[in-house]
Amino acid sequence: MRISRRILAGLATASLAVTATSCGGGGTSGSFDDTVTVGILHSLSGTMAISESTLVDTEKMAIEEINAAGGVKVGGKSYKIEYIVEDGASDWPTFAEKSKKLIDQDGVPVVFGGWTSASRKAMLPVYESKDAFLYYPIQYEAQECSNNIFYTGATPNQQSEPATDFMYKRSPAAGGDFFLVGSDYVFPRTSNTITKAQVKQLGGKVVGEDYLPLGNTEVAPIISKIKKALPEGGIIINTLNGDQNVAFFKQIQDAGITPSSGYYVMNYSIAEEEISTIGPEFLEGHYGAWNYMMSIDTPASKKFAASFKKRWGADRVVADPQESAYNMVYLWKQAVEDAGTFDDNAVREALVGQKFDAPQGPVEVMPNHHLSQTVRIGEINAEGGFTILEETGVVLPQAWNQKHPSSKGFACDWTDPSKGEKYKL
Amino acid sequence: MELLLDSLFNGVAIGSVLLVAALGLAIVFGLMGVINLAHGELMMLGAYTTYVTQLIFKLPILKPFYNSYIIVSIFLAFIVSGVVGILLEKTIIRKLYGSPLETLLATWGVSLILQQFVRSVPLAYGTGLVISLIIGLFLPTTFPSKIKESINFKYFKFSSWIFAALTGVLTGSLISSSVSKLSRASARNVDVTAPSWMRGQVEIIGTAFPKTRLMIIVITLISVIAITLFLNQSAWGMRIRAVTQNRQMSDCLGISTEKVDIITFGIGSGLAGVAGVAVSLLGSVGPNVGGNYIVGCFMVVVLGGVGNLLGTVLASFGIGIMTDLIGAGRLLSIWPDMPLPLSNTINFFATTSMARVMIFALIVIFLQFKPTGLFPQKGRMVEN
Repeated sequence: MRISRRILAGLATASLAVTATSCGGGGTSGSFDDTVTVGILHSLSGTMAISESTLVDTEKMAIEEINAAGGVKVGGKSYKIEYIVEDGASDWPTFAEKSKKLIDQDGVPVVFGGWTSASRKAMLPVYESKDAFLYYPIQYEAQECSNNIFYTGATPNQQSEPATDFMYKRSPAAGGDFFLVGSDYVFPRTSNTITKAQVKQLGGKVVGEDYLPLGNTEVAPIISKIKKALPEGGIIINTLNGDQNVAFFKQIQDAGITPSSGYYVMNYSIAEEEISTIGPEFLEGHYGAWNYMMSIDTPASKKFAASFKKRWGADRVVADPQESAYNMVYLWKQAVEDAGTFDDNAVREALVGQKFDAPQGPVEVMPNHHLSQTVRIGEINAEGGFTILEETGVVLPQAWNQKHPSSKGFACDWTDPSKGEKYKL
Repeated sequence: MELLLDSLFNGVAIGSVLLVAALGLAIVFGLMGVINLAHGELMMLGAYTTYVTQLIFKLPILKPFYNSYIIVSIFLAFIVSGVVGILLEKTIIRKLYGSPLETLLATWGVSLILQQFVRSVPLAYGTGLVISLIIGLFLPTTFPSKIKESINFKYFKFSSWIFAALTGVLTGSLISSSVSKLSRASARNVDVTAPSWMRGQVEIIGTAFPKTRLMIIVITLISVIAITLFLNQSAWGMRIRAVTQNRQMSDCLGISTEKVDIITFGIGSGLAGVAGVAVSLLGSVGPNVGGNYIVGCFMVVVLGGVGNLLGTVLASFGIGIMTDLIGAGRLLSIWPDMPLPLSNTINFFATTSMARVMIFALIVIFLQFKPTGLFPQKGRMVEN
């Protein structure tokens, strides 16, 4: 008994030791009048660490770039940006707790953070009650519009709606039936509700829908359902998350559900990073929809990819979430310089209308705290990138989706006090 | 007919994944009564072994044999997970026999350590470490008995560990310098690609079956047959059964219970490694891969009846067939014009999430009536 206790205590210490938090400042040296410290809050451990750590890398790079170019200039003084990195540990209450710490204890003027909708929903009350400001860089299901959050990722009408339209009208499976597959949580379910409404409007048919519980990789029942519902091929909309995609694509290929037999999968969560993990041989010929794709052939896009590779290693890739994270740091800097202060309310006012020449092309902050963006449809190629097939013009963000039955006819506008979070159009 | 065949195959395919994962646990938990929460992580080690083997077989020297790497990795995974299991038994579990709560906590701690280990140690050095463990544990047993009995044996043992450590470091740096993918630590999930002869489908009686699924069924079958033969036909198998039935009596009769414990635990852990190879063919390989299977494993063993391999086999195929039947809404296609309320109910449960809920509910109800599972162990031992 005595021995067992001792061993247990040892084990407990060992497992505590591995969950160390990391803090740090950084940037290049130069002559600055003062410093400003911002917060970075992503998961550095747990299941989301793989994805979220790429955002930390990108945000650090953007901050270093700004510092190298002379920092933030406010009221005739130049400020060097320093940062505190906190670990959300893939645990949603931890995100809220660390947000409180960053705001109250460290007194940061802004926090860049989050990935999953669950983490954002956990942080939202903290920022609203303290009237602080969170910048959130991920494409998400929308149906939210907070005065204290600024969203630089795509809303469904900037990703899934143009993609559904493409699949039904112009893809090789045009006019075919739809089957919807997703992980079982809020983003896929909301996204699919919108897709179902849209397919109905287009005159198409959704013949099946299934959700895989998070962590489950047994897709055999889904495959037999797809084969039953779409015997001659058709369109599959995929909103699976993370490594469930690996299981899905490996197994559908073995079951003969491939582009060559008439099945085309449109993906909303697979970017360059995920393609290299899943393996391009499983994904070739399927589609993806994003605002930014690494294969965009413009100087801004190439420069972004090249500086990321230079900073973090030649084998690294950049993808849409990273581009959004990069944009938000720059947009914050511009807004602060325009406002002439780090004060939340002034920065928030200055933020709306900010324009930035992003790697994806020009973006602009809209009154609903989302960005106007360009939407691209790409076919996944053997090299692990996207061959861009279509590019829309600038699409305005809809915080309240106009196809979702619960939010049809509503909009959000924080510049007009009489409108606010949700008003009837 | 085709529908029935398809449904049966799907059920067997899902069931065989459960079975191969639960088989090792059926031995460790079922026969030895050790609640090993690190079982999933031993599976994970097997899956990573497959990944490392795959990369090593891509080296120019082994390239011609690339197609057979999966067969090799089955044996390697058995050895790797088995050795880690033996080490676990020797250092931790042995001291906790008879105290299930402490075992539960300790093995859970081990599972966290193993997960963090693959995240933060480069796989090349991880491989080196496992190699030195294998040499260190087994080299002393190969010495002639004259040395073993000599008073200086501890020095021989010590020097063999030094040799093992050196070999480990050497192979580690060798692998790290020749396979760049293994030289850096990464928490990123990795991918095992089945060799070309295992991809695609085969046609049997007009129905197409995915080859990887067939391969998993074959692996499962061979594992079950091998372990049954071992337990029932070999001398060590008989000793294992004797010890599990009455430890004190076996001890009195001269069976080394210590050795039996090591062997049983080693085999159970090794089978977890084999399961790791199987699941690496289905999805990606990551630090959390074991956690996805551990609950299912315990469910199968408890449902089957602790200490009974036949029960484990039937329970996993039962759960597999039920999952397919409910999850894919098979009843509707068998009986298309059933009354509306019934078909609505079936449709409601015909999603993967709800099918899972349904199956768990059914298992809980079943255990209310038969708390000891399908095939409860009979005899005096159970009562005390």
